[in-house]
Amino acid sequence: MATEKTPPPLPGGGLAPRGSLAGHLVKAVLLALSAGVAAWAAWPLYETRNWAGLGLVAAVTGVVWWVYLSKRRVPAKYLLPGVLLLIAFQVVPVVYTVAASATNHGDGHRGTKEEAIARIEASSVTRTADGREFTLTIAAEGGSPSGELVFLLTDEDGAVYAGDAEGLTPLPGARTGPTGRVLGADGYTPLTAAQANGRGAEVAELAVPAGDGAGIRAQGLSAAYEGRAARAYDAGCDCITDSATGAVYTADDEHGVFATEDGERLSQGWRVGVGADNYARLAADPGIASAFFSILGWNTVFAAGTTLGVFVLGLAVALALHTPDRLRGGTLYRLLLVLPYAMPAFAMMLLWRDMFNADFGLVNRLLGTDVDWLGGAGTARAVALTVNIWLGFPYMFLICTGALQAIPRELVQAARLDGAGAWQAFRQVTLPLLMVAVAPVLIATFAFNFNNFNAIWLTTKGGPFPSDSPTAGYTDLLITYTYRLAFGGQGAEYGYAAAVSVLIFLIVTLISFTGLRKSASLEEVNR
Amino acid sequence: MATTARRPARRTLDRLWRHALLLAMTAFAVFPILFVVSAALNPLGTLSSSQLLPAQAGPDNFERLLTGTGYPRWYINSLLLAVCNAAATVLLSALAAYAFSRFRFAGRRAGLYGLLIIQMFPQFLAIVAIYLMFSAVTDLRPEIGFDTHWGLLLVYLGGALSINTWLMKGFFDTVPAELDEAARVDGASHAQLFFRILLPLVAPVLAIVGLLVFISTVNEFIMASVFLRDGDSKTVALGLYAMVADQRDANFGMFAAGTLLLAAPVLAVFWYLQRHIAEGLTSGAVKG
Repeated sequence: MATEKTPPPLPGGGLAPRGSLAGHLVKAVLLALSAGVAAWAAWPLYETRNWAGLGLVAAVTGVVWWVYLSKRRVPAKYLLPGVLLLIAFQVVPVVYTVAASATNHGDGHRGTKEEAIARIEASSVTRTADGREFTLTIAAEGGSPSGELVFLLTDEDGAVYAGDAEGLTPLPGARTGPTGRVLGADGYTPLTAAQANGRGAEVAELAVPAGDGAGIRAQGLSAAYEGRAARAYDAGCDCITDSATGAVYTADDEHGVFATEDGERLSQGWRVGVGADNYARLAADPGIASAFFSILGWNTVFAAGTTLGVFVLGLAVALALHTPDRLRGGTLYRLLLVLPYAMPAFAMMLLWRDMFNADFGLVNRLLGTDVDWLGGAGTARAVALTVNIWLGFPYMFLICTGALQAIPRELVQAARLDGAGAWQAFRQVTLPLLMVAVAPVLIATFAFNFNNFNAIWLTTKGGPFPSDSPTAGYTDLLITYTYRLAFGGQGAEYGYAAAVSVLIFLIVTLISFTGLRKSASLEEVNR
Repeated sequence: MATTARRPARRTLDRLWRHALLLAMTAFAVFPILFVVSAALNPLGTLSSSQLLPAQAGPDNFERLLTGTGYPRWYINSLLLAVCNAAATVLLSALAAYAFSRFRFAGRRAGLYGLLIIQMFPQFLAIVAIYLMFSAVTDLRPEIGFDTHWGLLLVYLGGALSINTWLMKGFFDTVPAELDEAARVDGASHAQLFFRILLPLVAPVLAIVGLLVFISTVNEFIMASVFLRDGDSKTVALGLYAMVADQRDANFGMFAAGTLLLAAPVLAVFWYLQRHIAEGLTSGAVKG
């Protein structure tokens, strides 16, 4: 009955039963395309004999065909493309991070024990009389001079190898000049003398394992030599002996290091599982534990305050513009109000920081005050919140505008006719309907701001810092605090950082889930 | 009657609070932007010389930015990435939202909650994992590895099904199921239903999501800094950041100019989409 009254502009005319020919053609082309992509992805995997990778490609392609060739499994057809990407680039990294949180992964503990041994041996290489010599070209992996450092080595017979910390690989197609220098090779970018000089420290550090305790090191920027390792691994005692000093470093498989009896460790270790050690450290370290809860408190205030602030302001503005008849200047308001959101956020955060600068900041100059905004705990927190609300409220304004438009005006009009006041109609009709669409967004806004690294790092850097605790600032979020602890000090500690990430994740999930449970959207999901 | 006499007064009052609120919020929204405009036009181009209203104005900062830096190149990179990501994300999340809104299947609830939960993980601390993953991809297929926009786009699309799906599902739910049933009676397949009936009806939410994704891609900084190390593939965010990281005070004018130029296309997109957002197609469909 309703269809007969459908006005002409309503879409959907000319529906073909059982799908149109064009539709079937598109489907066939897309399926062929997926096979093509699979073949394209499979070829280098086949070349490198990566059977696990090949199996994965085959399995994914199989699932794609199985889903789309079937007459059933309709929901899967709509979910599959997004879900595949989600698994590959969100779920897998998260799972990896959770796994890494139980290891000592980080600087000095990156690879396997074999790789650590190879590196220790190679970096202790000293020149011997009979060692091979090479013409050296310093290059970077990939198309950019900032890629990972590689030695392109030309031996006396003119054969070219690429050498990195993992070892030597022959490089047949390289073009060499008269001196043996490599001029070009696929997949590598030779560095100019200036570029190589700029990475001199890396060049001096790089030692290419050449097997049997031999290693290749650079001598200057254009020559390399092969020599013997002073430190050699002995599988019998599972230890490394330094032939120069006589020191014996025994493998400690629990911590992934080689250490002498009096506790001296070699800097190169390997990755091992450490179980819950990273988490225990978080609970046991008194400095970390005491700072943790005060930061958690402010972190929650920051995320909740931002969410509430942007929602109230965004909704207020959306409501003010949501009139049955046009508001004078409505279009201009709309354009101006969305400006903060159109500005690049990272740039505006830096700009706000300058505006609150105590010495020559715009705010002090305009107000005629002399406040050290970022120097006081209270004002710095207020600044962080203000900036973040300024950046975020237009987003909520857009969301609320959209949600308001989806609510049939008749419902509100009916409530008004029944005698409800404007406020009552809003509270009892508009708001509940609005929350259905907006509640998940609010929860996501909260979760996003709970971990809003940029908002703090680019405005206050976590400061100001209390005099007794130089690592935990008054505006620090857990994530900026973690970042400083894990990456700021003596080098990367991914395992530890991952453990804190997992903890933050659990906290946010818990808080958000409680919020979600209370929100009306739960009924939607259960419907 | 009394009501007719009161109506004009009530209308005026109604207008008054609307304008008062909007004026106050507009002032709050606009004043930092005035500062940027002023700094961009200030020929001195330093931070310490900047004011809220420029004493003198000139295009010097724009000239230096466009001729002396890689800005034009970064700009094109950013726009291409943002447009592609917005288009793909809208399509992917609309497909998923359709499934979540219209079908009942095993794992639906778990899927919806899973989407909310997975994105609460601090993304940038998973960067190590993504970095290692793409190190392997770069070895095998450098076409989609580091320093390519394809690789970065793939990572962005990993987050396509997120809050956007929730947002769209909410809107899909407001389109009455009677429309679907009528179309089914007419013999429409589920694909036709989706592409030819539902999508046009939810155009406002598609426009909003597209805009949001466009903006967040232009602003995205951390992932891009890991992926794009090469000068030619950089985005504006990376280029501008490096500019003030080097010489903050001296480059301030150029930085402000670059900020404004980056905001321009976002505004243009918003301006263009505004029409779609305002049309309120969904409420129109309920009437029919």
